[in-house]
Amino acid sequence: MLRLSSPAKKLILIFILFLAALYVSSPLQKKFNLTLGLDLAGGSHLVFEADTSKIPSEKKKTSLSSLKEVIERRVNLFGIAEPNVQTSNFEGKDRIVVELPGIKDTKQAIDLIGKTAQLLFARLQTPERSDGGQAGASATDSADVLVPTDLTGADLAESSVTFDKTGGQPSVSLTFTKEGGEKFAKITEENLGRQVAIILDNEIVSSPMVQEKIIGGQAQITGSFTLDEAKKLSIQLNAGALPVPIKLIEERTVGATLGAESVAKSVKAGIVGIVMVCLFMVLAYGKLGLVADLGLLVFGVLTLALYKMIGVVLTLPGIAGFLLSVGMAVDSNILIFERFKEEKGQRSVANALEVSFGRAWDSIRDANIATLVTAFILANPLDWSFLHTSGPVRGFAITLAIGIGISLFTGIVVSRNLLRVLVKK
Amino acid sequence: MNWMKYRWLYLLISGTVIGAGIFGLVKWGFKIGIDFSGGAVFEYRFPDGEVKTVKYPPLSQEEIEKVRQDFKNRKAEEVRFETVGPAIGPELVKKTMVALIISAGGILLWIAYRFKSFKFGISAVLGMFHDSAVLIGSFSLLGHFFSAEVDFLFVTALLTILSFSVHDTIVNYDRIREIKKKYGGEFYDIANKATSETMVRSLNNSFTIIFMLLALILLGGETIKWFAVALLIGTVSGTYSSPFVSVAILVTWDRLEKKLKKQN
Repeated sequence: MLRLSSPAKKLILIFILFLAALYVSSPLQKKFNLTLGLDLAGGSHLVFEADTSKIPSEKKKTSLSSLKEVIERRVNLFGIAEPNVQTSNFEGKDRIVVELPGIKDTKQAIDLIGKTAQLLFARLQTPERSDGGQAGASATDSADVLVPTDLTGADLAESSVTFDKTGGQPSVSLTFTKEGGEKFAKITEENLGRQVAIILDNEIVSSPMVQEKIIGGQAQITGSFTLDEAKKLSIQLNAGALPVPIKLIEERTVGATLGAESVAKSVKAGIVGIVMVCLFMVLAYGKLGLVADLGLLVFGVLTLALYKMIGVVLTLPGIAGFLLSVGMAVDSNILIFERFKEEKGQRSVANALEVSFGRAWDSIRDANIATLVTAFILANPLDWSFLHTSGPVRGFAITLAIGIGISLFTGIVVSRNLLRVLVKK
Repeated sequence: MNWMKYRWLYLLISGTVIGAGIFGLVKWGFKIGIDFSGGAVFEYRFPDGEVKTVKYPPLSQEEIEKVRQDFKNRKAEEVRFETVGPAIGPELVKKTMVALIISAGGILLWIAYRFKSFKFGISAVLGMFHDSAVLIGSFSLLGHFFSAEVDFLFVTALLTILSFSVHDTIVNYDRIREIKKKYGGEFYDIANKATSETMVRSLNNSFTIIFMLLALILLGGETIKWFAVALLIGTVSGTYSSPFVSVAILVTWDRLEKKLKKQN
């Protein structure tokens, strides 16, 4: 019986790992998928700044997290798959980052997200004349003033789009909560024959005349809405008002076609680059170079599998980071092979190989840890607000760091065991 | 080979390259992208395949719609749109400075710890600053002659080449440490020997990285072209600076130290 030597056993393990990774990275399975960033898949990246100046500092945190929730609800109701909403802060400025993959009409989304949608019901009151109703007083004095009631958007249970029975005009119907319905009944009772104003973000949307007391908690806003406007308002009312006003400060939108082209170009560049690196290794190191190329193959497959498994969002700079790590992945091999050339003259081939791996390890470790330091700062995994938190930089740093990690494994473990087995033969 | 004899030449080369960069910076400055200056970029594709990119200073929502309408009337499809408020730029600069300082500090400490000498750490970090200066200067020139912009990706490249720069330096240092332990001798000779022995590896490794980057520059598309160029400049400068800046500084430092000791 042939007994397997330990390096051969290790090689078999590596091979099994390779096959598993090959399976994960192939499109055959559907469980793990490569997540493409907005610049590759197409979509919008929006940054809003929250105006928290009027919020007492102890309430800031809760109002920001409810701001995030409201925006998430609005985006979800708008029907966008896998939106990403995050808060960020830099030197006291609070931001909300909204990522909308695959969106077609960004302007609609911005209007939808950005509107505070503070709903208010007010009654119109004629001011009482303090001087006993002297005739001839200027007419403006007698103008009605708005007096807000206690009925607001918070009393809404649901809102939806309906169409006017007569003209087919879109309007927004409101269903109040039980408490809200009671408030509404009371308001309509008190204001029979008078106008009630429906105010949205300090603007009167409509001010219908109250014909009768309304019980049952149903109301309708008929303004001159387009269908899109009615839909938007209904979503905003359903999701709730923003606790603080926000303002758009940054937008980046990439069309899906441009994204697909970027993917195609990067893949082409990647293949050409990798082929050149592989050829170079064979030209420079002969058979050893082939071993390095094999290691590179394992590297590529493992990396792709890991991206899928931990859900790395692949962006254009991320692809650059990956390709760069390919260039660096062969470095450990180059270090070892150069060392091997020197040692070969002084001892047996197998021995020289072991010595080279041992000696080269120090520099490989020291050099790669230095790279990891920078990758760590760029990736900013702890979300330190004094460092970059932007997607592209992060994507680049994460792929670079993963590349370094895996290249240590393939450059050392894989090629070492391959060579051990091959040299013995 | 007596590499360290030509330290004056290396100083001259680095001085010329960085000098040209400083000249460009003073005369033309940078071509600043909207990430820093704020503004809007539209990229449109016309039915005949022509792609047009237009840049504006910060626009209001109405002005943006006006530009859009204008292109719509000409049947162009919007493929990319970016608008950045003017407030973002200073923030990016600040964050980049912090990241630079932390990276440099971290690497300095790591090398000082590994090689048990601040002299090594400081020389490596000086080499790193050399590469940053080369990259920053050359982008001023590239901006003037080829409209390369300084944007967010440039900043990423700047931070990445910090690690490239020390990568080769550490390999060289490591060899110095090994030779010193094994054979001892004058530091000057050790540095020469270490540089000779690591030269092929440094060059070969840079070649593999350069191949990847060249492929990206030539085939990878407009968006990351200048990012790849920045990384390429960093790689070349990083390979050069390891023996000819960092180790050269170490040798000079060593000589000065000995001279001072003799005088005392």
